[in-house]
Amino acid sequence: MSLVNAENLTKVYRMGEIEVEALKSVSFEIEPASFISFIGPSGSGKTTLLNLIGCLDKPTSGKLEVSGVNTSDLTRKEAAAFRGKNLGFIFQDFNLIPVLTVYENVEYPLLIVQSVPAEERKERVNSLLKTVGMIDQRDKYPDQISGGQKQRVAVARALVTNPKLVLADEPTANLDSKTAFIVIDIMRQMKDEFGVTFIFSTHDPKIVREVEMVYTLQDGTLIGQTQVKGGLNA
Amino acid sequence: MLKLFKIAVRNLSRYKRRTFLTSSLIAIGVMFVLVFIAASGSFKYIMIGQITDSMLGHLQVHKRGYVASIDSLPLTLNLSAKAETKLEKTMEDIPEIEAFSPRIKFGGMFSNFIESTNIRVNGVYPEKEIVTVPLFPSRIKQGEKSIKEGEILIPELLANGMKTKVGDTVVVIATNRDGSVNGKQFIIGGIIESVTGPGGRDGYMHIKDAMEVLRMEEMEISEVAIRLKDFDKLNAVSDRLDEMLSKELNKQGKPIFDVRTWEKLSPFYNVARMIDVMTFFIKLMLIAIVLVSIMNVMIMAVFERIREIGTISAIGTMPKKILSLFLIEGFSLGVFGAVVGNILALGVIFLINLIKITFNFGRQTGLILSPNLNTGDIVWISAIVIIVSVAAALQPAFKASRMEPVEALRHV
Repeated sequence: MSLVNAENLTKVYRMGEIEVEALKSVSFEIEPASFISFIGPSGSGKTTLLNLIGCLDKPTSGKLEVSGVNTSDLTRKEAAAFRGKNLGFIFQDFNLIPVLTVYENVEYPLLIVQSVPAEERKERVNSLLKTVGMIDQRDKYPDQISGGQKQRVAVARALVTNPKLVLADEPTANLDSKTAFIVIDIMRQMKDEFGVTFIFSTHDPKIVREVEMVYTLQDGTLIGQTQVKGGLNA
Repeated sequence: MLKLFKIAVRNLSRYKRRTFLTSSLIAIGVMFVLVFIAASGSFKYIMIGQITDSMLGHLQVHKRGYVASIDSLPLTLNLSAKAETKLEKTMEDIPEIEAFSPRIKFGGMFSNFIESTNIRVNGVYPEKEIVTVPLFPSRIKQGEKSIKEGEILIPELLANGMKTKVGDTVVVIATNRDGSVNGKQFIIGGIIESVTGPGGRDGYMHIKDAMEVLRMEEMEISEVAIRLKDFDKLNAVSDRLDEMLSKELNKQGKPIFDVRTWEKLSPFYNVARMIDVMTFFIKLMLIAIVLVSIMNVMIMAVFERIREIGTISAIGTMPKKILSLFLIEGFSLGVFGAVVGNILALGVIFLINLIKITFNFGRQTGLILSPNLNTGDIVWISAIVIIVSVAAALQPAFKASRMEPVEALRHV
């Protein structure tokens, strides 16, 4: 069974009297433990698609199933619960909570969203911080670490709940090449180790070279689906 | 919940200056309100104490109809000896009553053999009067602090006007209830200080002398002043006494007795009420200060953290937890402001008590303002501040919790 199944997905934004069709009948399937990317120029609908898959927004029409759940029908509360249980997010600007330390940022979803017991929480957070190489920085606040380190923390936060799917919107856009490779490498390790599916929205050729499958969007339409040779499982 | 508190407090400390200014505003507001409550309460209770402990007593019982004609001190509306006995027996069944003092009140002529003027006199049992209105002896400015038979205590205004002094012989002439006039010579035993309020300018003599002046063969009482062990039980005791006495009916089947608290007898009660009304409006101002300042801070906090709200919402934080987070921030500001305000208020009140501020009331001078905060006021004001703080945070918190994550994340 596919992890994400989109059929004729359409999203229309209304800005006053003007309607903008951000996605036009997009259909695709993504299998579990995939490492895939949506690419396309600005305004092609990449972020809109990621928002729909991430239950942050609802399609205007079409069907979208994530992990067997028709997410179009979820209420606000159900969508929040679904995100907390099944999804992880990595943002372009890292979006760490500035008043929490590195450890607390990673711990946040377990504590506030999933209410995991303290001992298990500690174990999972420390384990992930070790994996992303941030255990030594655990007591630092986001403004005391570099961009690359922030994104590593964001990766750890996205994975700490053991999600089935991680959505990463331009995760390397604010990183230098070397750091970007490190972060991509960590994500691929996570995918291999935990069987997590990563879906990227990106312009970054470094990511495109590393993924298994690339979906190309243009003007809201899915115009291509390419298996990448450089991808680990290609 | 504890973790949410921790995050909320850290969020507040993120904007140190704003948090400091807002909580300072609340703290200063709380301090002023508590100091005002303590000072006005002190003023009020000093005044009530002066009035009730100097002359009025906490409660008074008259024959029904007497109070309506109290200015003319009608002897025809005195309580009979039988009624007075019933009243005393009833009071014996109320343990909250500490003491009582029966009085004969009458108006008459006062003469120093050169000139004469009118006088209002209370005939009292000295020992009962002193325990019922314990500040009475302190009002005697000249002469012995007692009322002996054959002596009269006259108000100082009268003594000054008539140029009389302690030891002078004077005559008191009065008309009794049958209309016959009688007079009796007295020695001025003391000069008594006038106080504000009804009966504050009356003279005093022994009740036996009053009976003699009025040619009473049997005791008749104009009023009975009552002192309670606990002033706070005033209304409860008044109601109970009134209920017990209401069973005593006259020949027309109407109640004989009329029980009134000091509030219904003294015009100062309206001043006390005014102080309460002022306190109420001061509290309203505090509520407005807290409401506006917390709301302002929380609206700013939500506006500045829209992307952060989007992030925590995206990673699965339920709307009610986002709501709680912002409510806790408002709550924490309120608690902090209230605690600091309470500490400041206690400090200011301590200083006022140390400085010993004096004031005058009517003819009484040098009364010391001794503000005192009771736990009830502290708890009540703190509760108001905290509840209003949470209420003020409600709208911004709702806004944050209902924010669409996709729009919040898009916010720049």
